[in-house]
Amino acid sequence: MAARNETDQMVKIDATGIYYKELNYQLRELADEGVPKVELHNVYGQRYIGTGLRKPLEIEIFGTPGNDLGVFMDGPKITVHGNAQDGSGNTMNDGEIIVHGHAGDTICLSARGGKVFVRDDVGYRAGIHMKEYQDKKPKLVIGGTAQDFVGEYMAGGILVLLGLNGRKEQRANFIGTGMHGGVIYLRGSVESYQLGREVGTAGLEETDWRILKELLDEFTEHFGGDAGKLLKHDFIKLFPLWLRPYGKIYAY
Amino acid sequence: MKTYLPAKFIIERDLEKCIRCEVCVNQCSFDNHSYDAEDDEMRSQSDNCAGCHRCVSFCPTGALTVRKNPIEYRDNYNWRPEIIEDIIKQAETGGVLLTGMGNDKGQRIYWDHLLLNASQVTNPSIDPLREPMEMTTFLGKKPDRVEIGPDGELKTEMAPQVKLEVPVMFSAMSYGAVSINVQESLARAATEMGTMWNTGEGGLHPKLYQYSNHTIVQVASGRFGVHPEYLDLARIVEIKIGQGAKPGIGGHLPGEKVSVEVATTRMIPPGTDALSPAPQHDIYSIEDLAQLVYALKEATHYEKPISVKIAAVHNSAAIASGMVRAGADIIVLDGLRGATGAAPKIIRDNVGIPIELALASVDSRLRQEGIRHRASIVISGGIRNSGDVVKAIALGADAVNIGTAALVALGCHLCQQCHTGKCAWGICTSDLFLTKRVNPDIGARRLVNLLRGWSMEIKDILGGMGVNALESLRGNRLHLRGVGLNDTELRILGVRMAGD
Repeated sequence: MAARNETDQMVKIDATGIYYKELNYQLRELADEGVPKVELHNVYGQRYIGTGLRKPLEIEIFGTPGNDLGVFMDGPKITVHGNAQDGSGNTMNDGEIIVHGHAGDTICLSARGGKVFVRDDVGYRAGIHMKEYQDKKPKLVIGGTAQDFVGEYMAGGILVLLGLNGRKEQRANFIGTGMHGGVIYLRGSVESYQLGREVGTAGLEETDWRILKELLDEFTEHFGGDAGKLLKHDFIKLFPLWLRPYGKIYAY
Repeated sequence: MKTYLPAKFIIERDLEKCIRCEVCVNQCSFDNHSYDAEDDEMRSQSDNCAGCHRCVSFCPTGALTVRKNPIEYRDNYNWRPEIIEDIIKQAETGGVLLTGMGNDKGQRIYWDHLLLNASQVTNPSIDPLREPMEMTTFLGKKPDRVEIGPDGELKTEMAPQVKLEVPVMFSAMSYGAVSINVQESLARAATEMGTMWNTGEGGLHPKLYQYSNHTIVQVASGRFGVHPEYLDLARIVEIKIGQGAKPGIGGHLPGEKVSVEVATTRMIPPGTDALSPAPQHDIYSIEDLAQLVYALKEATHYEKPISVKIAAVHNSAAIASGMVRAGADIIVLDGLRGATGAAPKIIRDNVGIPIELALASVDSRLRQEGIRHRASIVISGGIRNSGDVVKAIALGADAVNIGTAALVALGCHLCQQCHTGKCAWGICTSDLFLTKRVNPDIGARRLVNLLRGWSMEIKDILGGMGVNALESLRGNRLHLRGVGLNDTELRILGVRMAGD
């Protein structure tokens, strides 16, 4: 058992040398006890932090959490002071992940709800197959740039690409390939060859600006900056051209 | 475009027997029968007849006959009628040919070349009607060794086990592919017989939560309907990598099949296509598979076995070894003849390997590596009767899954129109007019009857061999002999030639 400093409101865990199984077991116990906030220090690659947790627990991570951060999560708020790895927010139902750094590949894979904010860049296939259902609509805001296949197979939700890392433009190819739902807001512009065949581009309408403003307000609240200034930039909207991209490829 | 396709079947009506009751009109979902009120005449056209026999089965006077259209092409071993007609269909549509059910081609069925042993003189056979016969199977990882304390208590920590009273489970068939009434029939029969049914990747309808103790839930590439409660309810969680009918490709459930109810369990908006990507994009390697296996173990608190299902392909043995090392408690192999609600025909008929060979090579490989006990092996894809079940167990399976056989019990006549959503038997459709045709009370009864019949036959076969527990037969290939097989086939199957 790790060093554990408790106050009424918060439990601190030194995660040095703790295997993920034990760490997650402790998190589940604490969530069941009704502890509102846990700080995890010296996290070095422990996987699955927050997995399947269903309580409104707040988890602050100092260090580098491992793959599948918050997989199947349903409610907690995780803040990472460091970089997150692959599969963060995988199949997430609800909750929030805020990454003060970069994140790896396939973040928000098949996420159905919740919000993920990444301050810097992300890897390949970010937001792949995000969905939406009834009042659930996942939101992924990426401060920097994404690699290829961002928004692939998107079936719902909102993905924002800000490109604030000093590079001139998004360099991803195959953006939104197979997209059949949801929307991507992208700061600046992309060449048409960078887009998947199923993606259309348009300017933002009033509703889009309202949604974007809300998300940018939250983004700047987490990471600093001026949302109003950001909103003065050019944005384009990427949307699915067809809701049924593969409806006509079959012979019956 | 005028179609050059000839009708597959011809419907014949005996006008002396026909009482113009219009049952055929109501039963046919392919619009082949009609009633002409003006002339007070029944009419049938055969163009769309799928040969499903729904009208024949329900005609109260036996007035209908469905025959193959005897249209004769000039004999040509290369250009057979089916091949010609597939080309015509594609020339007229420009699409990927879709089909339903399993591979219907002539690849060798090894079950038919394997024969079982029986006791004669040198050891006594057992009469299962009067002597106990142990059929229980436990699925899950078994320990390397078992330690018993001084008081007889078990000291070894056991991985979660699932008990089956009969070694036959129902294959994964998703809600959306099959109707809720079919799933309810399967769930109730599984509960009554002490076995498992499988949700497929379409989520779990709340109506079926009460059968959760006998439910395997699937986590597949689309992650449809996967939410914490779904994982909680499951008895086993299965990661679906592939399926025998369509190894290596994803699935597209067309929007018209995504009704309001189907949308609820899949957790997507009604009317949208449910697209399952070909791979799971968080699994590109055995290490990644291990990551999802353990993510699910974390999410279910290590209380449930995690199963991994793959299609039987060329390197199944090496892949299976990786799956076991990745932490799978159960591995499911689905063979060349595994069926589907919809798959490209070219994939269904040409990709994958026969399940008998895959099972034998996987079981042998895991034994050679000393890890066979770390996972149970379940096989599926073309299991037709209790003889196949017993042969599978002797070849090394812990249990089998049946899909097609279960649907046949519910009325399916294998007309292979599952992909059209028009199933006249109300099985593979989400049309509410049609789905009512499967009554879960009757459906569950028919399935229970089937499993009960097989169960008695399995006991009979075991008794004849002089074996009183299924466990004694498991992987005991000396109880099998091959006929009509060459040396390589016998070697891979690990079976001796009959007479040897």
